[in-house]
Amino acid sequence: MSTATTHDEHHEHHDHGPEPGLLRWVFTTNHKDIGTLYLLFALLMFFVGGALAMGIRLELFQPGLQFLDPHRFNQFTTMHALIMIFGAVMPAFVGFANWQIPIMIGAPDMALPRLNNWSFWILPFAFTLLIATFFMPGGAPAGGWTMYPPLVLQGGANVPFLIFAVHLMGISSVLGAINIIVTIFNMRAPGMSLLKMPLFVWTWLITAYLLVAAMPVLAGAVTMLLTDKFFGTAFFNAAGGGDPVMFQHVFWFFGHPEVYIMILPAFGIISQIIPTFCRKPLFGYESMVYATASIAFLSFVVWAHHMFTVGMPLSGELFFMYTTLLIAVPTGVKVFNWVSTMWRGSMSFETPMLWAISFVVLFTIGGFSGLMLAIVPADFQYHDTYFVVAHFHYVLVTGAVFAIIAGAYYWLPKWTGHMYNETLGKWHFWLSAISVNVLFFPQHFLGLAGMPRRIPDYAIQFADWNWVSSVGGFVFGISQLLFVYIVFSTIRGGEKATNRVWEGAHGLEWSLSSPPGYHTFATPPQVSDAEAHS
Amino acid sequence: MAATHDGYYLPHGTKWPIMGSIGLSLLLTGFALKLNGSAVGSTTMIIGVLVVAAMMFLWFGEVISESESGSYNKQVDHSFRWAMGWFIFSEVMFFAAFFGALFYARVYSVPWLGGEGAGGISTNPVLWPNFEAVWPTNGPGDIGGAFEAMPAWGIPALNTIILLSSGVTVTFAHWAILRNRRPQFVLWLLATVGLGFLFVGLQAYEYIHAYSEMNLRLTTGVYGSTFYMLTGFHGAHVTIGAIMLSVMTWRAMKGHFSAENHFGFEAAAWYWHFVDVVWLGLFIFVYWL
Amino acid sequence: MYFTRLSRLLVGALLAATGSSAFAAFSDLNMPLGVTPISREAYELHMLILIICVVIGIIVFGVMFISMLKHRKSLGHEPAQFHHSTKAEIVWTVLPCVILVAMAVPATNALINMEDTSESDLTIKVTAYQWKWKYEYLEDGVTFYSNLAPSSRQAIYEDPRAVDNYLRNVDERVVLPVGKKVRVLLTSDDVIHAWWVPSLGMKKDAIPGFINELWIKIDEDKTGLYRGQCAELCGKDHGFMPIVVEARNEEGYKMWVAERKAAMASKKVAANEAKKPLEAAPEEQAAVVTHASDLVQPSIVAAARSEKSGGL
Ligand code: HEA
Ligand code: HEA
Ligand code: CUA
Ligand SMILES: [Cu+2]
Repeated sequence: MSTATTHDEHHEHHDHGPEPGLLRWVFTTNHKDIGTLYLLFALLMFFVGGALAMGIRLELFQPGLQFLDPHRFNQFTTMHALIMIFGAVMPAFVGFANWQIPIMIGAPDMALPRLNNWSFWILPFAFTLLIATFFMPGGAPAGGWTMYPPLVLQGGANVPFLIFAVHLMGISSVLGAINIIVTIFNMRAPGMSLLKMPLFVWTWLITAYLLVAAMPVLAGAVTMLLTDKFFGTAFFNAAGGGDPVMFQHVFWFFGHPEVYIMILPAFGIISQIIPTFCRKPLFGYESMVYATASIAFLSFVVWAHHMFTVGMPLSGELFFMYTTLLIAVPTGVKVFNWVSTMWRGSMSFETPMLWAISFVVLFTIGGFSGLMLAIVPADFQYHDTYFVVAHFHYVLVTGAVFAIIAGAYYWLPKWTGHMYNETLGKWHFWLSAISVNVLFFPQHFLGLAGMPRRIPDYAIQFADWNWVSSVGGFVFGISQLLFVYIVFSTIRGGEKATNRVWEGAHGLEWSLSSPPGYHTFATPPQVSDAEAHS
Repeated sequence: MAATHDGYYLPHGTKWPIMGSIGLSLLLTGFALKLNGSAVGSTTMIIGVLVVAAMMFLWFGEVISESESGSYNKQVDHSFRWAMGWFIFSEVMFFAAFFGALFYARVYSVPWLGGEGAGGISTNPVLWPNFEAVWPTNGPGDIGGAFEAMPAWGIPALNTIILLSSGVTVTFAHWAILRNRRPQFVLWLLATVGLGFLFVGLQAYEYIHAYSEMNLRLTTGVYGSTFYMLTGFHGAHVTIGAIMLSVMTWRAMKGHFSAENHFGFEAAAWYWHFVDVVWLGLFIFVYWL
Repeated sequence: MYFTRLSRLLVGALLAATGSSAFAAFSDLNMPLGVTPISREAYELHMLILIICVVIGIIVFGVMFISMLKHRKSLGHEPAQFHHSTKAEIVWTVLPCVILVAMAVPATNALINMEDTSESDLTIKVTAYQWKWKYEYLEDGVTFYSNLAPSSRQAIYEDPRAVDNYLRNVDERVVLPVGKKVRVLLTSDDVIHAWWVPSLGMKKDAIPGFINELWIKIDEDKTGLYRGQCAELCGKDHGFMPIVVEARNEEGYKMWVAERKAAMASKKVAANEAKKPLEAAPEEQAAVVTHASDLVQPSIVAAARSEKSGGL
């Protein structure tokens, strides 16, 4: 590592720290501040969405209805998913992008700092609109996060609020993604060629592209819902020549890329962490880049695998089955590369590495069940059962969320200047890793035995595994309180972190002080040719 | 001319985004309330629109004065270019959703309802036995009643010529500013704006005609839905583009822009070309075929 | 109480894990083997892919755990510095492709078979409502609605364990003959639902304004009751829309049709006297039809259509 950093030679123009007072957070144009805002917002939403999940698990704890009436239950399921996806996982990754991308590529800040502020500050308003629906007559949206018509249009007062909240989230994501793309293309330090960028930056570049391409399509889909409900259009009405299934096609054209939007940055984080704790360069850097790009490309041609039971023509079902299966190839390349990075490394198992290793194992299990779902004749049995629920929680919770937690432990010392408490971190890991499997693994059995998803109550044969799953859920939920404690006590104090923090860490960010100055690179650092990506 | 200097221009604190968020939320909350039949909806909506408009005025105003005072260097200019390009791409994808709906209705749902293909073999005889798939259609339920389809070779063809010519005039304007010929620049811009508003006016005339004489409405089944949503969103974009170009004309008259530094104008011109290309898609798939 | 249940579960899981002869316990954890050729095809594909995934998983995780055990810093293992190998990368790109083809071929064959609803012996039309099913036997002229059994409904807020087949019981069962290819036409009157009986191995959405098809051929020797439920979120009572199929032999089925017809006739008389409740209207028109093209029975269709334009 031979990086000349000049972050202390500030240009007079930029020589200022944060503005005093709370309004700093509202007016800030600083990528670190905005990153922090995104991350805290995501944490808050993770708990709101998690509390709803606890409601779901409580109702499903035993047969019969005890806590939620069926309509309320459907509201919980719908809002749980919307909040987790758009409020927790996506903003968390954007928070990482804000903090890390400029300091990883040697940029003074994001390319468009004012726009960056706006991207964030749309979100609290969007979620206020969304969550306010709980207090409206008829309650929150209850048609599932997939918002299929005609059901979702029966929603009553919440319908326009749901739709406009989605519009706002879309604007926020698209503006944020544009900023990230522009930053990566235009703000790299001299010498930081594209194929020298850290993988986290690469995966975010491709994710941002997916966002710009997919979010507007979702906006279009919900706009059609709005006009069908309030202005008499007939997009989803057979009597007028439309088709309810048309919505599903438009929705999933967004929806499938969306799931990769939630996993590609996770791949990036894991690709930073594993080499560090193996003290060995990442295996197959270039193939990782190409694999990410292929996944992104394929993600636009597989969407109808969510709709195998809607009665598509046979040729359509075959096409979408084959393309979906293909995604296993580039994803496999990633998994094999991670394992090869570990092979003959010099491994140590600090908290971020524990989370990263469990990510590799558990995400792969989720990927395998995805592959099973892709087999159309078998999907006729799996579809809309808890087998699907198990699949996507493996890729989302033990995939996306685990990567977010891994990344948080990995970079927290850099961001705060303090080491977190390693013992507590390990406790957090083991409690979570065990309970999450108790929570989600039995859901495979439930699905195979025939339990449909989105039901508040079930037949007696499903009682045992639901009980186990709920117990796992409660333990997993409580364990996350530990995470909050660790994060906030690390922000407040603790052992000073060194610049490099981790013995095996490579990359520009580790050459900076911990925490880095408010403005990092006033003039760009020179990235030497010898500097390998990390 | 912009004085280039080393540092990337980083604004400190900004009030416009939060103002924009509040404005947008008021606008959308007001709209939602209105749709739910609340009396305060419209007022809230209008306040929201005003706040958003003020925010844009102030935000762009600040950027313009920074640009004119030479705070930006080449790299900043590049950032703006990349950002505008990707923004336009996101707009393309927004239109793609509606084009997709049109495609799906024409290629799948309407033929199925009429008895063609795997989905239609039993749908038609069991549910809609008298329905024949022809495009345009308001569906087997005859939603909205008998209507006339919009022919391509009247106003729409004229509008195609108008919009294509405006694409040419805006390019002439670009050439003019590249040669620092301000009067020509302003004239070509005025011509473009004029053609743009002419287009919008003709489109409005076409809508009135369709509603009053042809019984072709937003509620005329899937044909009416796709027709009005596609042309309507396009018309809105033409209006926005024409407003952008008007602002550029006004700035040009105030002496803004130079042969080297005129990205504001170029962004508007890119947007204008995008609107143009979308129209070609509309003309072919909505009006003609 | 929970303790006994937990221990039963643990034992079941243990037996399954050790692959012992405890088939009963294992079947709780796996997809049930159904009673139609289609469901068996789905089951076989499911097992094939499951096993492939487990094997790949064991290899990949195995390599990973070996390096976690041996190549650790605390054992003083020095890191190697290799960072790519074109040969290895080609192998692990091509090999998965081959495996995927091996999965796709049987899946394609099964799918082609599943989607072929031609040459059926019997057609029933299923219409979904919020929240009940309507069954029309197009050839035999039987029509009825099927709702959640009252016993289950009462137990929801009381003791679900006290009733038989809680939430999987109905007031009127669908009766199907074994050994016959039954073609099912699916549609909906309001929102999207999905008709699914796991043992019969097919799930299809019921979409308002469109007809979807599936076929069922229950094995000759598999008379009995098969239970399922609505499988697409359809609102408040989505969890309370069960399906019960009663598979009878040929004579049993014929007897049932005769009974139902007699019952419908007397109900019709009663209904005519009591000023005709709305729901009776389409039933009166139920007519005998055999092939898709013959389904153009203006009367049924007119009824379906007026329902349609009203419902949407
Ligand atoms: C982060 C999110 C995420 C990710 C990464 C994935 C990844 C995949 N998903 Fe998943 N999926 C969801 C989130 C995600 N999914 C969600 C949220 C839903 C439900 C939405 C809803 O209805 O609400 C869903 C639903 C869903 C369905 C629809 C099921 C149904 O409703 O009936 C299908 C069907 O094909 C599917 C398939 C796949 C496949 C093939 C992958 C692949 O990308 C997986 C690839 C990975 C591997 C295969 C493992 C590693 C590979 C190797 C070790 C190589 C060797 C392996 C072999 C050759 C076998 N997913
Ligand atoms: C990133 C996305 C994400 C994440 C992180 C999660 C996390 C969790 N999910 Fe979710 N889920 C979805 C995305 C996600 N889910 C989606 C897309 C659906 C489909 C929705 C649909 O069908 O439309 C779904 C549906 C879904 C269902 C099916 C509901 C149904 O079909 O009716 C269930 C049931 O168990 C469930 C459970 C959980 C649990 C227990 C967690 C846990 O991991 C949550 C853990 C976190 C916490 C618990 C918060 C922290 C702790 C506290 C709040 C303290 C208090 C603690 C206690 C009271 C114990 N989820
Ligand atoms: Cu009917 Cu779910
Ligand atoms: Cu998908």
